[in-house]
Order: sequence, then C-alpha cells, then structure tokens
Amino acid sequence: MTHRETLRELMELHGGPGFEEAVAARVKDAFARYTDDIRTDAMGNVIARVPGDGPAPRPRILLSAHMDEIALVVTEIADGGFLRVWQAGGFDPRTLVGQEVVVHGRQPLLGVVGSKPPHLTTPEERKQAAPLEDLFIDLAMPEERVRALVTVGDRVTLRREAMDLLNGRIAGKALDDRASIAVILECLEVLRGLRHTADVLAVASVQEEVGVRGATTAGYALEPDIAIAVDVTFADMPGQAPDESFKMGKGPAIAFGPNIHPKVFRGLRDAAERHRVPYQLELTQGPTGTDARAFQIARAGIASGLVGVAIRYMHCSVETAAYDDIAECGRLLAHYIAGVTAEEVARLTCY
Amino acid sequence: MLLKRLTEAMGPSGFEDEIRGVLRAEVEGHVDRVYTDVLGTLICEKGIDRPGPRVMLDAHMDEVGLMIVHAEDNGLLRFRPLGGVDPRVLVSKPVRIGPEKRFGVIGAKPIHLQKPEERRKPLPLESLYIDIGARDKDDALAAVRLGDVAVFATRYEEIGEGCAKAKSFDDRAGCAVLTEVLRRDYELPLYGVFTVQEEIGLRGAIAAAYRLQPDIAIAIEGTVCFDVVDAPGHGQGTVLGRGPAFTLQDGRTLADRRFLEFMIHVAEKHGIPYQFRRVKGGSNDFGAIHRSRAGVTGGSISIPVRYIHAPAQVMSLEDYRNTVRLVQAVLTELQEGGFRG
Repeated sequence: MTHRETLRELMELHGGPGFEEAVAARVKDAFARYTDDIRTDAMGNVIARVPGDGPAPRPRILLSAHMDEIALVVTEIADGGFLRVWQAGGFDPRTLVGQEVVVHGRQPLLGVVGSKPPHLTTPEERKQAAPLEDLFIDLAMPEERVRALVTVGDRVTLRREAMDLLNGRIAGKALDDRASIAVILECLEVLRGLRHTADVLAVASVQEEVGVRGATTAGYALEPDIAIAVDVTFADMPGQAPDESFKMGKGPAIAFGPNIHPKVFRGLRDAAERHRVPYQLELTQGPTGTDARAFQIARAGIASGLVGVAIRYMHCSVETAAYDDIAECGRLLAHYIAGVTAEEVARLTCY
Repeated sequence: MLLKRLTEAMGPSGFEDEIRGVLRAEVEGHVDRVYTDVLGTLICEKGIDRPGPRVMLDAHMDEVGLMIVHAEDNGLLRFRPLGGVDPRVLVSKPVRIGPEKRFGVIGAKPIHLQKPEERRKPLPLESLYIDIGARDKDDALAAVRLGDVAVFATRYEEIGEGCAKAKSFDDRAGCAVLTEVLRRDYELPLYGVFTVQEEIGLRGAIAAAYRLQPDIAIAIEGTVCFDVVDAPGHGQGTVLGRGPAFTLQDGRTLADRRFLEFMIHVAEKHGIPYQFRRVKGGSNDFGAIHRSRAGVTGGSISIPVRYIHAPAQVMSLEDYRNTVRLVQAVLTELQEGGFRG
C-alpha cells in the first residue's frame, strides 16, 4: 500500500481531540513498516523510534504530526431528539450547515446538520450566518431512541470521503494534520535508503487542536535534541495576505521566526537547496499554532523547527492538498535528518 | 436500489441527460411507449387506448445545481446556481462536475484568517469557488468547459430509523414513486411524465400538459419539511413520518376541493396516513398543469423532505412507501369511477 493510500484511509477515520484511538491504531500499523519500537504514552501519543547508525550517544530528532481533527461535543438533546453542540476545536459554524457528521454515541450514528430550506427563509435571514448555538444535528430517529444512544458529552466529527482532484491533489476532511503523518511516512521511506546517525522519534501527537497538549507531554518525555513539528499551512486564496498564501505544488513551507531555532531553520533550508527540494518560506512572528509552540519550551528548551504543506480551506470538510508537496516535504526531512551530526547538535546552545 | 440510482444521477434544470437515461431504463418494458418531447421531458404511455379518464402523473426529474461560468487565473472556477440554492449550504461541500462527474470542492477562507465580524456574515456567492485541483486557468479549462453543470456529491444512504439521506429527493423521490406506479397495470389511459426544468419555473410541465391534454393530473413532489427544534408550527410545512401531504394552497395553486376530498377519501378507505402541506409558498408542476389549455382537474401528492435544496436531504422511507400506495390507490379508485368530477 502506498502512503497516499494510507493517507486516504487516515482522512476517513474519526478522531477528534482526546479520542484519537482509531487513528492511532492505523498510524501504528503504518509505522510498523519502519520499526518494531512503537509505543503509546499516557496522553495517547504514538511514538515510533527508528534508530540511527553508529555509537551512542546519537543525536535524537523528534518529528511530530498531530492525529486529532477538529470536532464538536454534544451539549444538549433538544425536543424532537435534535442535538445541540459546542466546539472541540475551531469550526467556522458557516461551514457546518448542511454537513454530514458522525455522532460517536453508543454506536456511530450518521447525522445531518440542519438547514432551513430557501422556501421558508426570509431575505433578512439570508443575510445572517447562524451561530453554532442555533445549529442542530438531525439523526433522523425519534427522541426516545436518540436518548438511548446519545449522551451529553458524546463527540461529533465530520463525515467525508477522500476525493482525488486533478494533478494528484487530494481533498477531504482532516488533512489538517494527517497530511503530515503522510509526510513523516514518506520521510521514513526515503530515510531507509540514507545513512543517518540520528535516532528518529516519529510522534503522532494528540490534542493539538485544543492547545498542543500531546506535544507538551511528548516533548517533556522524549527530550530530543531537535523537535520538528510537521503541520499544514495556508494555501493561496483570493483575499488572503501574501505572506499567508503559499502555492500548492511548489513544495513544502519551511518556517522561520522566534519559535524556530535559527540553526534548525538553516539546516532545513540548506538541505532543501542541496537536494533540490522546492520550498517556500513561511515567516512567523510569535509562537506558532503548532506542536513547535510546545516543543520550544519543553523542559529546559528544545531546538524546534516547523515544516509543512500548504492546504486550502483549512478546518473545512474539503481541505485540499497537493500530494507532491507531501512527498517533497518527506524527502526534505529525510535529507535534513541524514545531515545532522553530533557536533552540530552540541552547537545548538552556542549563540 | 431504485432511490439510490435516481438520487445519485445528475440532472440540473436543462441538463437532465443522465437522469433521463436512468429513468428510461427503469420504465422500459413496463410501459407501452416512451418518448421525449422537444424540451426533453420523458413521456411514458400506458394503456392509452383504454376507456376512462386520461390521467397524467407528473414528477420532475431536474434538480437544483450549479453552472460553471468562469475560470480564474489561479484555476478556481466561478459558478452560478441553476434553481434555488442558498449559498450558505454550499460552503465546505464537494460537487461533481460535467459528464465525467469530476470532483470539485467548494471551500472557504480558513477561520484562522478571518476577522470576527466576517464570521457573522454568510459567504456570498461571489466569494465561493469550485476547486478541481487545477494549477491555473488553462489547466482548469482543459478539464472543465464553461457551461458545464455541477451537482452535490452526496451518496444515498439509510440513516436513523427508517429514513434515508441523499441529494435531490426533490424530486427524485417523486420520480421513484412514479416509476414504481408505472410497473403495475391499471384499467385507464395513463401518462407517466418525468418533466424537465421544474426548478426554474415549471417549464417542462407547461409544454407536456399542453401536449397530453389530460382529464386528470397529479404532481408527485418532494416538498418542504422543517419539523425541527425551535421551528414554529406555522413554518414547518409538513412533518416527517406522518404520510404523504396534500396541498391546500401554495404559491401557484388553490386545491381543487372536489379532487382533494376524493384523494382524502381514498387515503382513508385504504388506511393510508396523510397530512396537509401547511405553507403557502412554494409550488410544483401542478401549478402549471392545472392552467393548461382550458384547465385540468387534479392535485398534488407530496413527500416530506427535510433540508430540501441542500446537499443532504432527509426523507422517511415509510412516507415514501405510503406515497406509492396512495398513488396506486388513487388510480385504482379512478378506474372504478370513484371520482365524478
């Protein structure tokens, strides 16, 4: 099975913050191609260790991609058995209207987020976007049955089949951030053919969408020399600022800024140039909204980096990525890792 | 699965080719003659030489859709609706485009990049695009032609308790009822008519009714149902699961009381539940048919559909089966001379 096929499966699995088990199981299967040393920590992070060549102590490089997707949580079973929900991750309520969802009750239940038909809608109503409080999920079953199968606190995720578009592009839900799990898999594949002294700690992290919590504990527990978050960024769309508009199909974005260790940034950029990986520069001005935010200040601090592919329509059910970018991002990471030496790691604290 | 085949077929108003082909295959062998008129309406004749009132059963085969009207330099496609589509239901949905049924997605600017006041306003049509994965304009136009049409990519599936979700139950549910009804024989001259262009003004029905000059006509239609939490009673239209709905008054029709009472009598005699459609607005093909030539007697029988005109519509399968039974019972009673006009 190709990693592209694995990605499609991962996208269709359901796993919001705090309930990533189904995704974790599939990720473990995928990591098993590269190592037997795979474990799950107390938070649910999946950690796979691929040892480097040569005598210990070897440099230790952590790569993370978060497994969780944005989700909703049931807050009320209203009259008629319709469900009210709140955020477990950042949805734009306008993207939820008319959406198919899965309610994770006693059994997975297919639901539809209701929408008022245009026949009954006044012109004034059409000028307003419904807030999340006014939306409801319809399970198409009587209230007694809903009450038997669903409880307040049950989680809800989007339901969307992955789709192939032109030019190898792929669309669906949860590319944020399962695209980056595919990046790590592509990296491990390339790395098999390269000599690397560093140990690689591939982490599929949990609870990123509610505040990089899995990365916080994984950074502490693993205490790597270098931690690189792999996370998606914004592809260009009309009306977006130029520095937040990356081109799809033009290679991964390498982040630069206060959250990023300057030597890790330079190492990634140099690896891209040396190995002809097309890349784009992502400029950030503070702690990023990624696992790198937690890694940088784990324990006494970890040298952190951030790379990722640009996707369109982030946090929608139709997120879109170019698979070439995913493969190139994996190749970039593999060449970077193969170039890291113990001497370089020793100099990370030298300013 | 008839409902699956019909709801998953493509056929926006004026572009009913695929659904017409599917319907033709479904009815062939069950009717005496199938032909199309100049607009593309599919007409099925069954026992038209028999004695009795000439009955026209109508279901429209078109659905609401989108038309590709422009390709941007960056390869994104601009579109306009065919029929009544609220742009608010389009965000974050996949569509299938053109004869190849190519996937495209309609996304939105990420929430991270929006200002709080932006989030309170609906995304207008002008800020929505279909993305087929094209690199640029030329790449896009090599795959899709301007004027190609698109429909929601929703699959038919059963959901909840005795319900199903799909796109276009309006009016593929009616098409399915009509298809099932045509598979039985009746002792009267019967025209089963799958019309075009209902969603843009009942266009197909106007021409078909003129051509066929029926004595009695019944439109079978998926209708508004909004029996959901916080919806006031007067805004619900119909209630899911309470049976087929009779129209008293809509945007284009005042019910013919004698025919309405006849249909109520038939439902009660055959033990079929029914309800009344309780909204004044909206309309269906009967609004055109009853004004054809010197006028046509009849009415409409509607199946409640939640989230009509949205990508995932919900219908009760029991309502569907009861609608099939009701239309069959009405035909049986008509052939027995139960309606005297």
